[in-house]
Amino acid sequence: MEQEQVVHYQVGPVRVHVIPSTTFKTNTIVIQMNAPLQKETVTKRSILPSVLQTGTKDYPTRQHIRSALEELYGASLSGDVAKKGEQQIISFRMDLANEKFLKDSEPLMDRGLKLLSSVFLHPKISNKQFDSKMLDEEKRTHRQKISSVYDDKMRFANKRLTEEMCEDEPFGLHVLGYEEDLEAIDGSNLYEYYQQALVEDQIDLYVMGDVKVDDLKKMIEKYFPLQSAAPEDNVSTENKFFQEKEKNEVIEEQSVQQGKLHIGYRTNVTYGDDDYFALQLFNGLFGGFSHSKLFINVREKASLAYYAASRVESHKGLLIVMSGIQSSKYDQATKIIFEQMEEMKQGKFTDADLDQTKAVYKNQVLETMDVPRGRIELEYHNQLASKAVPINEWLQKIDQVTKEEIIKVAQKIQLDTVYFLKGKEEAANE
Amino acid sequence: MNKVTFDQLQETLYVEELSNGLKVYVLPKQGFHKTFATFTTKYGSIDNHFIPLNEEEALRVPDGIAHFLEHKLFEDEEGDVFQDFSKLGASANAFTSFTRTAYLFSSTMNVEKNLDTLLNFVQHPYFTEESVDKEKGIIEQEIKMYEDNPDWQNFFGLLKALYKNHPVSIDIAGTVESINKTTKDLLYTCYHTFYHPSNMVLFVVGNVDPNEILNQVRKNQADKSFADQKEITRYVEDEPAEVREKKVVIPMPVNTGKCLVGIKERTPNKQGKELLKHELSLQLLLEMMFGQSSENYQTLYGEGLIDDSFSFDFTAEHGFGFSVIGGDSSEPEKLADRIEELLSNFKQKRLEEDVIERIRKKKIGYFLKAMNSPEYIANQFTRYKFNDMDLFEVIPTLESLTKEDLTETMKSHFDLDTQISKCLVVKEEGLRA
Repeated sequence: MEQEQVVHYQVGPVRVHVIPSTTFKTNTIVIQMNAPLQKETVTKRSILPSVLQTGTKDYPTRQHIRSALEELYGASLSGDVAKKGEQQIISFRMDLANEKFLKDSEPLMDRGLKLLSSVFLHPKISNKQFDSKMLDEEKRTHRQKISSVYDDKMRFANKRLTEEMCEDEPFGLHVLGYEEDLEAIDGSNLYEYYQQALVEDQIDLYVMGDVKVDDLKKMIEKYFPLQSAAPEDNVSTENKFFQEKEKNEVIEEQSVQQGKLHIGYRTNVTYGDDDYFALQLFNGLFGGFSHSKLFINVREKASLAYYAASRVESHKGLLIVMSGIQSSKYDQATKIIFEQMEEMKQGKFTDADLDQTKAVYKNQVLETMDVPRGRIELEYHNQLASKAVPINEWLQKIDQVTKEEIIKVAQKIQLDTVYFLKGKEEAANE
Repeated sequence: MNKVTFDQLQETLYVEELSNGLKVYVLPKQGFHKTFATFTTKYGSIDNHFIPLNEEEALRVPDGIAHFLEHKLFEDEEGDVFQDFSKLGASANAFTSFTRTAYLFSSTMNVEKNLDTLLNFVQHPYFTEESVDKEKGIIEQEIKMYEDNPDWQNFFGLLKALYKNHPVSIDIAGTVESINKTTKDLLYTCYHTFYHPSNMVLFVVGNVDPNEILNQVRKNQADKSFADQKEITRYVEDEPAEVREKKVVIPMPVNTGKCLVGIKERTPNKQGKELLKHELSLQLLLEMMFGQSSENYQTLYGEGLIDDSFSFDFTAEHGFGFSVIGGDSSEPEKLADRIEELLSNFKQKRLEEDVIERIRKKKIGYFLKAMNSPEYIANQFTRYKFNDMDLFEVIPTLESLTKEDLTETMKSHFDLDTQISKCLVVKEEGLRA
């Protein structure tokens, strides 16, 4: 597999990863801050990326920051939070035009890093507090963001499933946090937490693009001079997830046109485990692709749904099935889905099916590498895992998986929770 | 084969029109693992009234049929064509828009075989009554999925407020009722009318050798015979210049309301360079008015009326065009009124040169970023081509726009007396009876 060599080094506590490439018209920078997912901090972390973008020492308002980004030929800057297993990751991403393709070749990387550093490390602060007016605005929009999850029924069903399934586990926490915890946040306690996170979080900084490794190193040393000692690797949180329990069925009602069926399984496998690629291929055969059992049997054969798919939560060890169906078809759809799972456990798939799945999965991995953010994401997987698998070994690992290994991984998969959001009025319509 | 180079972008495009009329474009991209190809017909949801091939009389077909046809082309005598792609590690897909139906694949291996599969399945219709009936259940669920999607309902609610007769206001997938009127014979009629190579564009982008691709496509097409086809006659009912309704309100089970404000183009008949200039002018203007660096954005944010879902866009094709501004809001009605006020105020003001320059830079940078995406290049190039525009003219056109151009476009487009509609999604009170 053709692949750029990644250069790794440390700048203070920050782990820097540079992926030189001339394939793209832009250069991409990603900062990842990793800490354990906890009820006490989840809301503070989730609002931090937007608060930091409201103003800095050098750019006192959002308007100043946005204008500065525009001056840099529309540099894009975004910040958000994500869950990876029991970790909560704060990310900042910036894409900068490569001046090679512009008429006036002003160097943009240095200015871009400077601006990113301003947002990330030098917020507008007075009296060790974030500005209270700005913070109130962000609390308002954040509250709205949290409550809007309800409006996207697929996302809502997914959130409800996770809450039901992982009630006593950190993973059950919602990544955006909680409205009631938002109330208690003020300029001073958030600033305090921000300072703490800068010291305690594991920080990774990625750059992919047309860069000179040495020049870049100097810029990063200049703009990201974090002083603290490198923290302990806190990533290998043990997966204490599985306890044998009764299958849980949760049915709720809303006035929706289409019922949302979400089913959660425990895979007992996480990224870095020896059978991780077998699990990915299991998922491809079961519900990951358009030749999978779910697509063929729920959609193509039974015409029950437009989508019927499954996906893997790699760092948590879950498998989630999702399908949008008519509410009255709940029993029929679940029956078909359970049958497909049973067939997988019994190894009812052919070598040709497996080859097809390997081909599509390998294609997906290679395509992910054609997008800078995707490539960085793949690298970051390895930073989070207790046992890393170098990206250039992925394709080989996929090829080596046998049918027996997939059956074995299938046997480990256990049904946990069925969540169904059903329509209210359908009975009356029929 | 013609070769066109774009020095600033460091891209080379290879172009050929085959004897059957198919237009083929190849853009080599070194360093990419994947190759992405789209095979697109100039036929979309708005083409519901036309003279079928070799007939005299106009025919009105059921809503959603272009989309239905897109679903059914993936089936042949052997079964599901998706499988032919995935066996070779490719992922295939398709989409139907107002004006286009595109079939596509991306793959990091076996590009030649996948390209043949793409050309062959799209040029080989096979429909049976049984398979058509079976698809109805699937499309019905697709429609239901969109019925629950408040953003989609908001957008089509706005189009219904803007347009009285034009089919752009009809949902692309049709309705449960209209798709049930679809038959095998109607699908063939639409197919034969709109899928002639002369109505289609093939675009291949990725790590490919343009000569090999063009040779392969020439050969593939030479092995098939197509009768010459006249220009297709399409009918669109007369559309009043003004909007149909000023305001529409849609209750849905949501926590946060939504608001979209639309501005309807009075005379949407621009094509080619003129359209490109117009489209880019409006995108710059909208960015200046409501972009994140604008005074207006700060004002609305400060008033608690918007969050980061707030956005805006201008789209135009032959026969329709509109600006859309809006997003999630706890007070959608108030937001709609404020957007109208701010539009009106902005029109009174003179445009500032330094702001124009800054936004111009932003748009140029965004275009460069889009050039990283094979999907964007293939899809947008085709859309531009069908409107007689050239995607690679975007940067030079952006550079050429003057303050006077922008001022004129602003004055003519944002006519708030007759051209503005609002669509609000509000939290539904209790149950619908």
